[in-house]
Amino acid sequence: MTRAAPDGEALYATLRDAIAAHVANHRSLRLVGIHSGGAWIAARLQRDLGLEGDAGLLDISFYRDDFNRIGLHGQVKPTEIDFTVAGAEILLVDDVLYTGRTLRGALNVLFDFGRPARVDLAVLIDRQTPDGDARELPIAARWAGARLVLDRASEFVLSEKDGRFDVAIAASIRTGA
Amino acid sequence: MFNPQLDNAGRLRHLLSIDGLPRALILHILDTAAGFAGLVDPRREVKKLPLLRGRTVFNLFFENSTRTRTTFEIAAARLSADVINLNVSVSSTNKGESLLDTIDNLSAMHADIFVVRHAQSGAPYLIAKHLDRTPGSNIHVVNAGDGRHAHPTQGLLDAYTIRHYKKDFTQIRVAIVGDVLHSRVARSAIHALTTLGVPEVRVIGPRTLLPTGLEQMGVSVFTDMKKGLAGVDVVMMLRLQNERMNGALLPSAGEYFKSYGLTAEKLALAAPDAIVMHPGPMNRGVEIESSVADGSQSVILPQVTFGIAVRMAVMSILAGS
Repeated sequence: MTRAAPDGEALYATLRDAIAAHVANHRSLRLVGIHSGGAWIAARLQRDLGLEGDAGLLDISFYRDDFNRIGLHGQVKPTEIDFTVAGAEILLVDDVLYTGRTLRGALNVLFDFGRPARVDLAVLIDRQTPDGDARELPIAARWAGARLVLDRASEFVLSEKDGRFDVAIAASIRTGA
Repeated sequence: MFNPQLDNAGRLRHLLSIDGLPRALILHILDTAAGFAGLVDPRREVKKLPLLRGRTVFNLFFENSTRTRTTFEIAAARLSADVINLNVSVSSTNKGESLLDTIDNLSAMHADIFVVRHAQSGAPYLIAKHLDRTPGSNIHVVNAGDGRHAHPTQGLLDAYTIRHYKKDFTQIRVAIVGDVLHSRVARSAIHALTTLGVPEVRVIGPRTLLPTGLEQMGVSVFTDMKKGLAGVDVVMMLRLQNERMNGALLPSAGEYFKSYGLTAEKLALAAPDAIVMHPGPMNRGVEIESSVADGSQSVILPQVTFGIAVRMAVMSILAGS
C-alpha cells in the first residue's frame, strides 16, 4: 500500500491543540520526549504550551528488548530528567507509536528514576497496519496528531529543519519483530 | 596473526588486546561508555541498567588485583549481571588442575563472560581460542591484564580520560613515563593512542626499562625526562614495578625518582594545562611526588571512575554481539 506523506506541521498543530486544554488544567505536568523525534516534539510543545523549564529527554538504548539480538548502535544520548519522577504527572512524547516496544522501554527508564503518579502518552502519529495488528504490547496513546495506516514494509520518518517538522515515508529498516 | 577478537561480521567477540582493534570500534566503545555517565545521576532511584540481566560474569583472577577486579565487579553489577569472583591463584591451580580444565568446569556452570587476569602473557588468548573451539560455547573473554602483554580496558580508560579532558586526539602530545619494559599498561595505551590518531606519543625512561623496537610502534623515545616532557598535553606515569624486577635494572628507587620521578618542577615543562595520569597503585616518592599526585592537574581518581563506564561499555557490547 502506498500513501502520501502527511504534513508534519499540520500533525503537530493538531496534537498541540488536542493537548492544550489538558495542560491548562494540569500546570504541573512534566513533558518527557523520547530520543530523538519525541525530544524535538516535547521541546516545542513545552514552549508552545507555555510550560516552565525544559522538557525531559529519555534515551531507551539501554532498555531495548532486542538488545541481545542487535546490540548497541550509535551514540547513546544521556537521559536528562531534571525533576523528581516519584509522584510526578508525566506526559511521554514520541513521534510514532507502532509496536509499543519503545514505550515499554521508556516506562522502564522512568520507573528506574522513581514511581510517577501518572504517565500519559502523546504521539505525532498513531500508526496502524492494514491488518490492524500493529501493536505488540497493550499500549495506547491518549493523544495523537493523527491515526494513520501504513504497510509493514514502510515507516514514517520525522525530521526537523528550522524548527519545522517534516514527515517522510521510507522503506522500513526494521529487521522484523 | 590469529585475531579471535572479532567475529565474521567485524563485531567484538572477545577483548584481548587493543592491537588489531579498528579505530571505529574503539570509538564505539568510548561513545558507549560516555552514555553510561548518567547512571550516577542522583535522581535515579535504581542505579542499574538491565543490559546484562540474567547473564553471569566470572572474574577469573589468576593474579591478584583488587582495584581492577573491583571495577569489573561494579561494572557488571551496574549492568544487572550476576558476578562470581574467583581468586583462582589460591584454589584449583594449586591443586594441580590445568588452566583449560578450570575453564571447562566454569563453562559448564553457564558463564557468559570471563574476565581474565593472568601473570602469563597470552593466557586470555589461549582461553578464547579454546572456547571458540568448544562446540556450542558463546562465552566472551575480556583480558584484564596478561603478563607484560596487554591490559586493554586500562588502555581504553586512558583514552577515555584523555578524550574527556582534551577532546581531540589529533591535536595533542602525550608522554608515557617510566618502566615501559614491564608495562602492559604502556603497551595498550600506545596502541590505543596511535590508533586514535594522536600525532605524537613519547616514551620516557631509562634505557634499561625501555624495550627494544619501540620506534616501530610509532612512538618517539626519550631518556631525558626534561626534554621528553617539553610541551606535552598529557603525562601518563607508570608504576615502578618492583615485584617484576628480576635483575639489577636500576641503582635505587631514590636514584630513579631523581631522574624519572614526576615533580612539580618537571611538570612545569609540560603544557600549562597538561593532565597527569597514573594507572595505580602509585608509589609516592618513587615515580611521582605527592604534591603532583594530589595536585590540580592530576586526573588519577577520575581515571578510576571512568574505568567503570569503560568496562560497562566493553561488557555490554560483548553481550550484545
